[in-house]
Order: sequence, then C-alpha cells, then structure tokens
Amino acid sequence: MLTFAIRRLILAVPTLLFIGLVIFLLLELAPGDPMADQPLTIPPEVREQMRQALGLDQPWWVRFSLWLYQIAVVEPQVLIDHLFGTSFAEGKARIISWQTKFPVMDIIVQRLPQTLWVVGMAYLVGVLIAIPIGIISAVRQYSAFDQIGTFVSMVGFSVPTFFTGVLMIVIFSVNLGWFPSIYNTQLRVTDWDSFLQQLRQMAMPVFVLALYNASQISRYMRASMLDNLQQDYVRTARAKGMTERTVVLRHVLRNSMIPVVTVIALGIPSIFGGAIITEQVFKVNGLGQLLIIAINANDLPMVQTLTFMFAVLIVLFNLIADILYGILDPRIRYD
Amino acid sequence: MTDAASEPTRPGPGGTARPLRPEPPAVRDAATNPWGDVWRQFRTHKGALLGLGFLVFVTLFCLLGPWLWPVSPGALDVRNKDLRPVYHLLWDGSARVSWSHPLGSDQLGRDLLAQLIAGGRVSLAVGWTAMLIAMLIGTLVGVLAGYFRWLDGILMRFTDLVLALPILPLLLVMMLLFRDPLRATFGPATGIFILIVTVIGATSWMQTARIVRGDVLALKEREFVLAARSIGTPARRMIPRHILPNVLSPIMVSATLGLASAIITESALSFLGLGFPSDFPTWGKLLFDSTDRMADFPERVLWPGLAISLTVLSVNYIGDGLRDALDPRIRGR
Amino acid sequence: MRLIPALLGATAALALASGVSAQETRGDSGHLNILYWQAVSILNPYLSGGTKDVEASSLVLEPLARYDQDANLVPWLAAEIPSVENGGVAEDYTSITWKLRDDIVWSDGTPLTAKDVVFTWEYCTADGTGCAQEGKFEGITAVEALDEHTVRITFAQPTYFPWVAFVGAQSPILQKAQFQNCVGAAAATCTEANTRPIGTGPFVVTEFLANDVVSFAANENYRDPNKPHFATVTFKGGGDAAAAARAVLETGEFDYAWNLQLAPDVLQSMQAAGQGQVVSAFGTLVERIEVNLTDPSPSLPEGERSTLAHPHPFLTIPEVREAMSLAIDRQTLVDVGYGEAGRPTCNLVPAPEYYASDDSECATTFDLERAKALLEQAGFTDTDGDGVRENADGVRLSVLFQTSTNAVRQDFQALIKSWWEEIGFEVELRNIDAAVYFGGDAGSPDTIEKFYADVEMYANNFEGTDPTSYLAAYTCDKIPSPETQWQGQNINRVCDPAYEEMLAQFQATGDQEERSRLARAMNEYLTLDNHIVIALVDRGRVSGHANSLGGVVLNTWDSELWNIADWYRIAQ
Repeated sequence: MLTFAIRRLILAVPTLLFIGLVIFLLLELAPGDPMADQPLTIPPEVREQMRQALGLDQPWWVRFSLWLYQIAVVEPQVLIDHLFGTSFAEGKARIISWQTKFPVMDIIVQRLPQTLWVVGMAYLVGVLIAIPIGIISAVRQYSAFDQIGTFVSMVGFSVPTFFTGVLMIVIFSVNLGWFPSIYNTQLRVTDWDSFLQQLRQMAMPVFVLALYNASQISRYMRASMLDNLQQDYVRTARAKGMTERTVVLRHVLRNSMIPVVTVIALGIPSIFGGAIITEQVFKVNGLGQLLIIAINANDLPMVQTLTFMFAVLIVLFNLIADILYGILDPRIRYD
Repeated sequence: MTDAASEPTRPGPGGTARPLRPEPPAVRDAATNPWGDVWRQFRTHKGALLGLGFLVFVTLFCLLGPWLWPVSPGALDVRNKDLRPVYHLLWDGSARVSWSHPLGSDQLGRDLLAQLIAGGRVSLAVGWTAMLIAMLIGTLVGVLAGYFRWLDGILMRFTDLVLALPILPLLLVMMLLFRDPLRATFGPATGIFILIVTVIGATSWMQTARIVRGDVLALKEREFVLAARSIGTPARRMIPRHILPNVLSPIMVSATLGLASAIITESALSFLGLGFPSDFPTWGKLLFDSTDRMADFPERVLWPGLAISLTVLSVNYIGDGLRDALDPRIRGR
Repeated sequence: MRLIPALLGATAALALASGVSAQETRGDSGHLNILYWQAVSILNPYLSGGTKDVEASSLVLEPLARYDQDANLVPWLAAEIPSVENGGVAEDYTSITWKLRDDIVWSDGTPLTAKDVVFTWEYCTADGTGCAQEGKFEGITAVEALDEHTVRITFAQPTYFPWVAFVGAQSPILQKAQFQNCVGAAAATCTEANTRPIGTGPFVVTEFLANDVVSFAANENYRDPNKPHFATVTFKGGGDAAAAARAVLETGEFDYAWNLQLAPDVLQSMQAAGQGQVVSAFGTLVERIEVNLTDPSPSLPEGERSTLAHPHPFLTIPEVREAMSLAIDRQTLVDVGYGEAGRPTCNLVPAPEYYASDDSECATTFDLERAKALLEQAGFTDTDGDGVRENADGVRLSVLFQTSTNAVRQDFQALIKSWWEEIGFEVELRNIDAAVYFGGDAGSPDTIEKFYADVEMYANNFEGTDPTSYLAAYTCDKIPSPETQWQGQNINRVCDPAYEEMLAQFQATGDQEERSRLARAMNEYLTLDNHIVIALVDRGRVSGHANSLGGVVLNTWDSELWNIADWYRIAQ
C-alpha cells in the first residue's frame, strides 16, 4: 500500500501539470474578456492598453510558463518566508489578480475561514447526519423512519438552494428576525457573545447546505447497506449468535462504506470549491463567490489558480479514497 | 453456502473470518418468465407503484397538456397580469382570479398552467436524457476502470481532469464551438437542447464512475467472480452477468440524484445566460424567476417546486422497487 | 469582536444625540452600513472603471470639481470653477487653469499641492499603467504646476468642454508620495497603495478584503472639523439586487443599498415593510435597441458577417425601422421593468435639458396599425399566410434579438417579441452571459460590437454632462470590423457624411446655442428621424436607504456617495 501511495504521488505531478495546462487552454479558448466589467464609456483604445498592461499581448505559452513558475516556485517561497521569516521571494512577481491587483494567494487565505466555517461545517454536519440516517433507514427498511427520511432527503436534494436559501431568509430574517441575512466576514470569535453571533450567522447557510449534502450521502449509505444486509455473511454472523448491533455496525457498515467513502472523497475538495449559490444567497463571500466573480470578470490568474488548487485536492482525495478502499476491504489490491 | 472456514487466509472485518458469498445473482430460474417475476415483485412495492403512477401522470400531463389546455405559454396578456389561482377564492373572496388562468398568471400575464406544461416537457426531456448520458458514461468508465487494471490509471486520471474543469468556462467554450453549427442543423430550440443535454451529461458522470469503480474493485476479488474467471468466462460475459447486476443499486441512486441535479443544473444555466432562450419556460427557470416574488405569490414557486420534487421522489421510489424486484435474493420473499 | 465596539458606539451616540441636534460633531452618528451587491475589487479608480470601485474610492479620493445632483459643476478641491469669465479658461479654449484650495491636507497630514495633480496625470498616461480613465486625459499635451496651488492643463486643440480631467469621481487626485513608485508596469504590484489609498476625503480605509468588504473610519484630517458624521463605515459587497433590497428595506440590517434594479412590484412590496425607502434620480442612461444596418447572416463567410460589405436586407429600409419603433409600447415597458425609476423616451441624449430633443410624441405613441401600414408601404406583405411578412424578393422579416442575461431585459424581450410578431415579424430571442456580451473579446461571436444579430438591447450613458464623445461614436471610422479586431463604438454601423459634418461643426464651436442645436440634430438623426437607435427607457438610478439615514442626495452625475460627509443618523 505504501509503495502504491508513493507511486501514485509521483504520478500525480505530471497529471497535475497536464490538468493545469488543460485548464489554462480552456480558459484561453473561452470567450469573454477582463474588460467586460468596465463601463461602456471607456473607449476601445484605452481598453486595449489595459489589456496590454495585464500582459495579454504575450503569447499563451509565455503566460502559462510564468504562471507555472509562480505557482510552483514563488508562492511556496512566499509561504516559507511567511513561516520562517526568510526572504527567498523578495522582489519576485507573485500571481496577481487582474481584477483586484491583489496577490491571489492572499485573497484565498482571507477567504478560507468563512469557507471552512460554513461550507466545511455543513459538510461535516451533513456526513454526521447522513450516516446514521442511512444505517437506520436500511436496517428498518420501509419503516416510518425510512419513509420520512426518504421523503425529506429527496425533497432536500431536488429543491435548489437558490430557492431554499431565499425561503429561509424570508422566514427567519425578514419575518422572525432570528438570524442575519448577511454574513459578516469581519467577525472574529473572541468571546461567548461573538461565538453566539457566529453561530447565528452560520445557522441558515449551514442548514441549507447540510440538508443537501446529507440527502445525497444518506441515499448512498442506505442503498449500500441494503445490498450488504442481504449477503450471506450477515446470515452467518447472525447464526453465530452475534447481536444485531454487532452485525450491523461491525460487519455490514464496514463493507458498505466503499461507495460512501467515494462520495465523501469527492465532496471534500468541493468544500474548497465553495458553494457558489448558497454563498451568493447568504453573502458569505467565500471561495465559491470568489470563483464566480473571477469567472464573470475573466480574471484568469484567479480562476486558473483556484481551479488548479481544486484539482490538487481532487487528485489527493481520490488517492486517499483508493487507500481507504484497501483498508475497508483488504482483498482490494492495486499492485 | 460457503463456510467461513473455507477462506481462512483472508481476515474479514474485526479480525473474524468473513463468510463469503459464492452465489452468482445473475443465475436466475429460467423456467418461468423472469420479467413476469420482476413485475410481480415490483407490484408489491407500494411506493414504486405510486411513483410509477405519478410519473406516468406527469409525463402524460406534459405530453398531452397542449391539447387539453391550448393556451400558448408565451402569450402575453398584460391586462391580466398577476392573477391568483382560482382556488384562492376558497379563503379570499376578493382575490383577483380568472377561469381563463386557473393557476394564475405572472407579471407579464403569461398563463402559469401553460408554462408548467411547456416547462415540464423541457425539464423532463433534459432531466432524463442528461441523466441517461451520465449514467451510461459513468457506468462504462467505472466498470472498465475497476475491472481492467491497465485501464484504471488512465481512466481515473481522466476522471480527475474532468472533475477539475470549471464548468462555466467549459460551457462557454462549448457554446462558442457548437452553438451555431447545431442551430443551423437542428434549428434554435433543438440545437440548444442537444447542447445543454450533452454538457450536463458530460459533466456529471464522474461521481457515478468513481462509485462504480470502487464497487467493482471489491467485487472482482469476490469468490463468485474468481470462480467464474477460473472456468474461463471472458470479460464480455463476466461484466454483464456478474459485475453489472451487483453494482445496480449505487447506479440507481446515482440515477435518481442525477435526474434531480440535471433539472436543477438546467435552471442554473438559464440563469447564467447559457441555457434555453428566455421564451422557453422550464420548471427550474419558473422556480428561479419567481423566487423574488415568493412572499406575494407563493403559488408561482409552489407548483414548479412540487413538480420537480414529486418527479424526483417518484423516480426514487421506482428505483427502489426496481432494485428490489431485480434482486433474486429478495424476489419471492 | 470588531463589530461590537462599533455597535456600542452607535447606541452611545444615539443616546447622546437625543435632545441635541444630531449634526454637531465628527463621528457623532456612529456606524454606517453600506451594501453594494457587486463587491469592491480595488480602491483605485484609475485601475478599474467599474462603478462599484469608483464609488467606493470616492469616500477617500476626491477630484478638483464634481457635479451636484442637478448636473452643475461645483468646486471640490479647487477654490472655484475656472471659466472664460474668471480667466481660468483661455479665450481660445486651449488651456484651463485650476486653483486649489490651500487648506486641504491628505489623511497623513501632509498638504495637497499642485504636484499631486501633475503626478496624477503622469500616472494615468504613463506607458504600461493600463489606466482605465485615460480617456479623461485625451487631447492634453501638458499638465504643469504654476505654483504650490495652481495647475495649468494645456490642450492640443481648442477644447470647448475643458472640465473633464480631474472632474468627477472617475478622475480624483492621487497622492504623489504614495504612488510615485507605482507608475507604469509597477502599477499593478502596488497592492498597499491600490487598496489603502491616502486621500483627502472624509474617510480612510482601515481594512480591505478584496471582493468582499471594506472598512472605513473618519479621516482625522478632514477639512471640515465637524464632518463626517459617521465614525465608521462598513462597505459590504456580494449577493444580488434582491438580497440588497431585502437587507435595507425589510430586515434593516444595512443603511444604504446601491443599484436596486428590480421589478417595481417587488420593490414596492419590500418597501411596505417600513424599514427604508427607495430613492431614484435620472441621468443619461438609456436602455435602447440597436439596429444592425449590416447583414449578420450566418450564411455569409466569417469576416464578412455584419460588415459594411453586406447591407442588411431589410433593416436598411427606414419604414421597417420606424414600424419596429412604433410597435413598442414604451409605457408598458416602464411599468413592467422600472416603475418610478424609468421614463419612456425616444432620445439617445435624454439630458441635460439643453441637449435633449422633444420626443414626447414618439415616446407615447404605440400604433400597431400605422406600423403595419408602414410595412405594407415598404412592400412587405404576408403572402404565404404563415404570419410573417415578406417582400417581392422573398426577404422575410425574421430577426434575431439578443441581449444580456437579466430578468428585466428578458421581460422586455418577451413583450417586444409579442408586439413585433403582431405586426408580422418573426422573432428569435437570445440572451447572453453579460461577461461575454460586454466583454469585447474578438474571438467570441456574442459581443455587442460583433453584433451577429439583427437587433440587440443594452443600456449606455455618457459621463458628466457633455455628450461629445458619445455622439462622436457614430462615425465611419469607429465601425467595428475584422480590421479593427471588432473594436469600435459605432455598433449600428452608421456611415453618413451628413452626420459627420454635423459632428465636425459641433466639435468646432464654443457657442452654447449652436452646440445645443447640433447635439439635438445629431440625436434626432439617429433616433426620431431614422430610428437607427430605438431608444426605450430613460433609466434612473435606484438606491435604497434606511429611514434613519439622513442627508442622502442621490446624484446620477457623479458618485452616489458624493456627499457622504453630510450623511447622518436621524435621532429617533
């Protein structure tokens, strides 16, 4: 397993290089222009000069190489400088957002807290709810609990968040006044009061997202459990006199985790990708909002860097999922 | 039934030897008509029957609707705008209603019932087609990657690549490249339909592929597969007979969720200006356009929202029933 | 934790203010929450012309003069508005001399001098800065400091409207000391200066989170010792117009929200909650349909579509365009889309009054019968009974109508489609992502400049009160074409020597009467006489503010926040 992991990690480097190149070419090919959000009153000659100032007059491979150098060399150096007080990156050009003229990595770091608080927490809550619901629904198939769980999760998945989000705001912010409709990203949790405030502003987006995540994961959990509950080893285990609890939690659950691990491994990178619509509705301004604004403004360095980091996480978590398969079911081998 | 002791070298969970299942589920009693069996079992599943009934109803409603309710969904009637549904009379005698618009009309006086019918045709067509495309690609990639080790690396790295691609620029590029040729060949509406369905299908198969692959990886080390292989069963017979039936249930779940997300993705695309032209109503778009007026006109979000949810719910129940019915171990229980 | 002292401060201020007049001393109104649903990216208007960025930076950076709500020039950092009468503008209109106020200091305590003004010009015009406001400095050959507080701007040619550079929120004065190492290619790397500029305005930046939120505090060195009334400002971005309106009008979480472009019925029902009010004011923004005078047919080879080589088969016929204009009920469009914040118009130049033509007849006429008669007259009848008119040569009145994706525009499209279909057109609608539509990318077929459609709808305006460059767009050399990489502002592809003659006269005269006459003649050429530009709605700006916020004067000629120093909290 260790050699497998090392081999895959080494293989990840060319894979990521290739993905980075494909993303870059895709963004190159996509229509749109960084001048789109500038008012029409700005004459075409001035627009052309603004494009040149962004380096858009360089051929694409020059710009790609520069970006690659910056992400692979300069930005890690900046990180090292920041951690150890060294000065490797001094005077070197960082990846600068076209729209804000701000170093891309700094903005990403600014956005991480609210993204983790809201999207990450929603994922965690979703998983923690979904797994027990999936297990109980499967063990008590077609019971009232299962029926209600099915209904809620299918409705939760099929009603889009742009609707549930606004509905929550209308009910809980406008009519009841319990929660703020706008997320305050400047809030620092330092004491009990600010912690409560943080909880209040997180409540609605976390609920909306957790419902969506839990719906999806609980369906996979339930289906996989049902499959395994009918296997003969379950019958054998029961025949051996194990309690139902041990049978379900130790044997069936473990064997049912493969599809669920896959879904969760695919879901964790998407935390980093943010939840575009939910962030928009609740003004969370996390990484999802950053990405959509950058796409709309054709801020290529920002889009490229964000998507690339997303790709790194996808490759990484899919590797973790593959390793987990091997742990859950030792018969799976990759060599 | 294989005794656990027959496989002493492979410890199962918790250190206990795990009993394994040799029985190939695809071996069915061929004496009776297997599809008759499936139907008999399916009928016993109440949810599945209800779901099937609703799905048939919705499909007929959308297909035959234009004949039963011959009002054009795009017809504007500004004088009769913002009408309430007729059932409002039950509790509010002063509500502005009209029998010419039984479910009310929107801010431009378009008939909500006609829009629901027209929207349903598009949404259902997009949902089913995109979902089937995604399931087909996802299952194919997943099975091939899980079963053939030499394909695994390349297919899964390809999956990683597609997962990492940002969907909006991808759509813009596909629009740029294919919109005009498709429009010239199939006309504006069908051209856009093909494009949208392809885009949604081509960008939503990855999860299915990864799940199927994970299950296949585990399956192919099971005894019944090893046994089948040892008697020389070739892959082309192994996969449909032994592998596919055993990954059916995650595929069913993916399909149900895929149908819902295809319908919703379509509305998100319309919102971003990449979907159907604005005069093509779809359920998702009706829901989105009415969100701002939700407090004043709840019926405008209620009906399309219900339509989407109930359709997805019924497909889910059908999937459950079908899975039970296709599983020979449950059938006849 | 940061919010709490601010909130406490607000309540304390309110407690103090009860009984006493609220507008006494700096900071007595506490905390102000502003919501712009497009988040602020940068606080240097020379590097981004986006309205959100320009308006946010107007809290800090100030120009020499700006426009008030009635479009009058008012001196801001200058002592007075230069004119020919007071000797500030040369008799031959080749130079203008500004005198700065001598009591202005930057927020770091150093005095504002003429050198800062000169530097601002050098900064924007330097090679490689990529300055968004370079158009403001067009035709300027030199900006010199005559003494500590006097600046002379020299033009290459007589310029009859010389109050452009350093006027309005788009071209404020930058501090030389802060920006002197940020000229040219270095401009983009000066993160600190671009996000925390030192200014002369009522506020200074305390925290900047790109595309999210900016915090401001009162400028301790502001020239008026009693202002601004607010001690701190939170300038939040994100969401959409509906959410912004909700936060101000329904939940009362925010005090001011910008650009609430929502359907009038939606705004009205939100306003009914009683937390705030909607304010609107009119400027020069006109929602219009541009008619393509060239043939966009996809059957033409790439590079010849929508170029002068192929005139449009039927949109070049004046009767057809007039019929299209007559078949639009502008009042209904206003009612559906803008309510109080819109007025039916046929003018391309709707304001100021001395440039606007009388369009009342055109704007109120909706006559389908006359439109049909005009089409008959032009030889278009429905011979094959399919509901679409064609002429003797078999040219069908089939149009592709494109616009950007936006709820109000889609409603407009649906309405206009139904009217045009009634008079015998076939209409295909298309809506395009705004980032592509307005992007000007020569590789995309969907930009407003490339115009691969028969008609398209969008809104445009001119900055300030002078329409010269706006009207100058309709000349032959500004037609977008493959040769110009599809850049150019003459979207309709108008090419008429008679129009260019009028424009030349307009640019060569300083006589206000004559300028008014010519501007109206050009406007009428494009709209009322020829219907090349089918103007629809004169769009006002709509913003919302809490009932407890006083002093708001909505100004469409400059930044909406132009008088934020005067805003105050109304004592309850």
